[in-house]
This record gives sequence, structure tokens and C-alpha cells, in this order.
Amino acid sequence: MRVDRDSEWSALLRAANAGDAPAYRRFLQQLAPVLRSFVRRMLVRAVAPEADAEDIVQEILLAIHTKRDTWIESAPVAPWVFTIARHKTIDALRRRGRRINVPIDDVAESLASEEGEPNLLGLFLDRYLETLPNVQRKVVEAIAVGGNSIAEAADTLAMSRGAVRVALHRGLAALAARTKGP
Amino acid sequence: MRTDDLIRVLAADPEVEKTPLALALVYGLVPGILLSIALYGVLLGPRPHLADLMSEPRVLFKILYPLAVFACAGPLALRLARPTGNPRPLVALLVLWLLVLVAAVGIELLVLPPDLWRARLIGHNAAFCMVMIPSFAAAPLVGALIALHRGAPKNPTLAGAGAGLLAGAFAASLYATHCPDDSPLFVATWYVLAVLVVMAVGAIAGSRILRW
Repeated sequence: MRVDRDSEWSALLRAANAGDAPAYRRFLQQLAPVLRSFVRRMLVRAVAPEADAEDIVQEILLAIHTKRDTWIESAPVAPWVFTIARHKTIDALRRRGRRINVPIDDVAESLASEEGEPNLLGLFLDRYLETLPNVQRKVVEAIAVGGNSIAEAADTLAMSRGAVRVALHRGLAALAARTKGP
Repeated sequence: MRTDDLIRVLAADPEVEKTPLALALVYGLVPGILLSIALYGVLLGPRPHLADLMSEPRVLFKILYPLAVFACAGPLALRLARPTGNPRPLVALLVLWLLVLVAAVGIELLVLPPDLWRARLIGHNAAFCMVMIPSFAAAPLVGALIALHRGAPKNPTLAGAGAGLLAGAFAASLYATHCPDDSPLFVATWYVLAVLVVMAVGAIAGSRILRW
């Protein structure tokens, strides 16, 4: 079972690194629920609010995205994924430990009601998004919130596709940089 | 942002870094190494009769030993820069190299009359060595750290120390071609100390720069 999962992830990520976007999307979609339960287990162990789980899942996905060339194709994927997941969860906990913990009751409730749904909400990325340069923010929002493709986003924002790609790439790198450990 | 939306955004950015990390490290090191060699050429240059002296075992050891460490430190730094890289085999190899140095010191103590030990240990210019090796290591260290910045080290401090070992070992070998002190006693003390300084600087820089 575990071996199957790893060989499937390997195949998907190998295809993804060769430029296959649908395979990459499938890879991340398969990862998300696994990461979610991983993060929840870590949060329980750290006695940290579980309401942060989805934010941390998103930070992990972002880290996997920006660091996906550090996976060696001949090596298994799962240990690589979980090393990154553990690293980013610890970073996130440390960072949050330095912040004042605002009451998150309402967030926790809305999360609990969506439990089991694949489409959970994170809040921190939106906050980081606010701090991006205008163009990068607009491109990320057009694709994330507006559901546009690169081509559609280019039309909507009156930019070239190349410029959209560059802004997206830089925006994601900048977002990932915000999730660095303290 | 919902996680599914984030995944859509990530999948829309399929651009993967094409240069392998190892090659990136080479690209990072080469300009630094060239800069250090230029600095060496301007400030010091090789010692007189270096070519003739290369047959002298102490001189050969002093130059080649740091190069051997350099050759191990490259792969080590790369492994430390990956989340799942396993540094153990290379650390074992470096421990082996350390034993070689210990053996060289032992042999030197055997063949050298005890009243010369102190003089050989202190050498002619230990302080100069301690300044020049870190100086020649500076540019390669910066290059290595820039290259490893692309990685994802499990422990950024250790990865920085690995970059420091890489840069320091190169600098030690370069300085060895100028240095008039050939005894393994000198090398094991001052060269090692100088490289440790570079490693410490690399570790501190790494703990800041190599976070991700």
C-alpha cells in the first residue's frame, strides 16, 4: 500500500518536473489530505490549536512547490514529502509561538463544519498575498480566486502570457519566502 | 484561500529549476575560486622553487590533503542542502581523512627530534596563515551559500558549515602553495584552526541565509 502510494507519487512528480501540469495538480491533490492528517497529528502532539492546520498544509504545499527540484528522481518521494512537512510545521509553530494568539473560535467552527471536505480554508496566505507587489498579487488572485488559466488571466489583466507566468512564479516564491522559519 | 485554489495556482506554475543543484554549486564556486586565485596572485604568489619542492612529502601532503577534504566537502554540502540527503557516508570519509592527519602528525613526531617540535608547531607565520586562509575562503563561501540557497536543508546551520568546509579546504590548499611552514604539526594546528573559523562563519551565515 505504502509502496504503491510512493511509486504513484514518484510517477506523478517525475511527470510534473518534466512539465506535465495536470500530473502535478494530481500529485498535489493526492498530497493534500495526507498532509492534512499529518499536520493535525503533529498539532495534537504539540498541543497547538488545530485551527492552524489548513494554513500549515498550505505552507507545506508551497514549500514543496518551490523546492520540488530538491527531490532526486531515484529516491522515494514520501520521505522527502514528510521531511519537508515536518520542517514547515515546526517552522509554523515557532513563528506562531511568537505571535499573540488571537481567539480563533469562529474559524475553528467553520473548519469543523467543513471537516472531511477537500476544500478547506486557510487565512495566512491571504494575509501574505496583501504584501505582494500589485501585479503578482493580481495574477495569483486571478488564478486562485477567479479560477482563471494563465491564458485567461493574461486576457483579463491585459498582460502577455509570459509576463503572467513570470509574475506568478515570482509571487509564489515571495509567498514561500514569507513562511520561512524564525 | 482554499487549498484546492492554491493547488490550482501551483499547478499553473510548472517552471522547475533546470540546473541541478550540484551544477549550481559549481557555478557558484567557480567565480569565487577565480577571485581568490587572483587575490592570491596579487598578494602572495607561490613560494620560491615550489615545483622543485613538490617532491618533498611534507609539501605535497600540505597541498593535497586540503584538496582531498575539498573533494569530500562538495558532495557533503550538497547532501546537507537537501531535505532527505544522507551526510553520513561523507562524514565517515572525513573522519577517515582526520585519522590520516593524525597519522601524519604521529609520523612527524617520530622522525623529528623533540627539541624541534615546538619550533615546527609555531612555524614562521601562524597569524598570517590564520588571516590568509579565511580571506581566500571568503569569495568561494559566498558563492557556495548563494548556490545552496536554492536547496532545502534540514539543518541550515549544518549546511552552512558544510559550505564553510568546502571554501576553507580550497583556501587552505591555495595558501599551502605559498606557506613556508611544511610540518604536519603546523598544518594540523593552524590550517585546521583557520578552516574551523571559516566553518563557523559558514554556520552562522547558513543559519540565516539557508532558511526556507
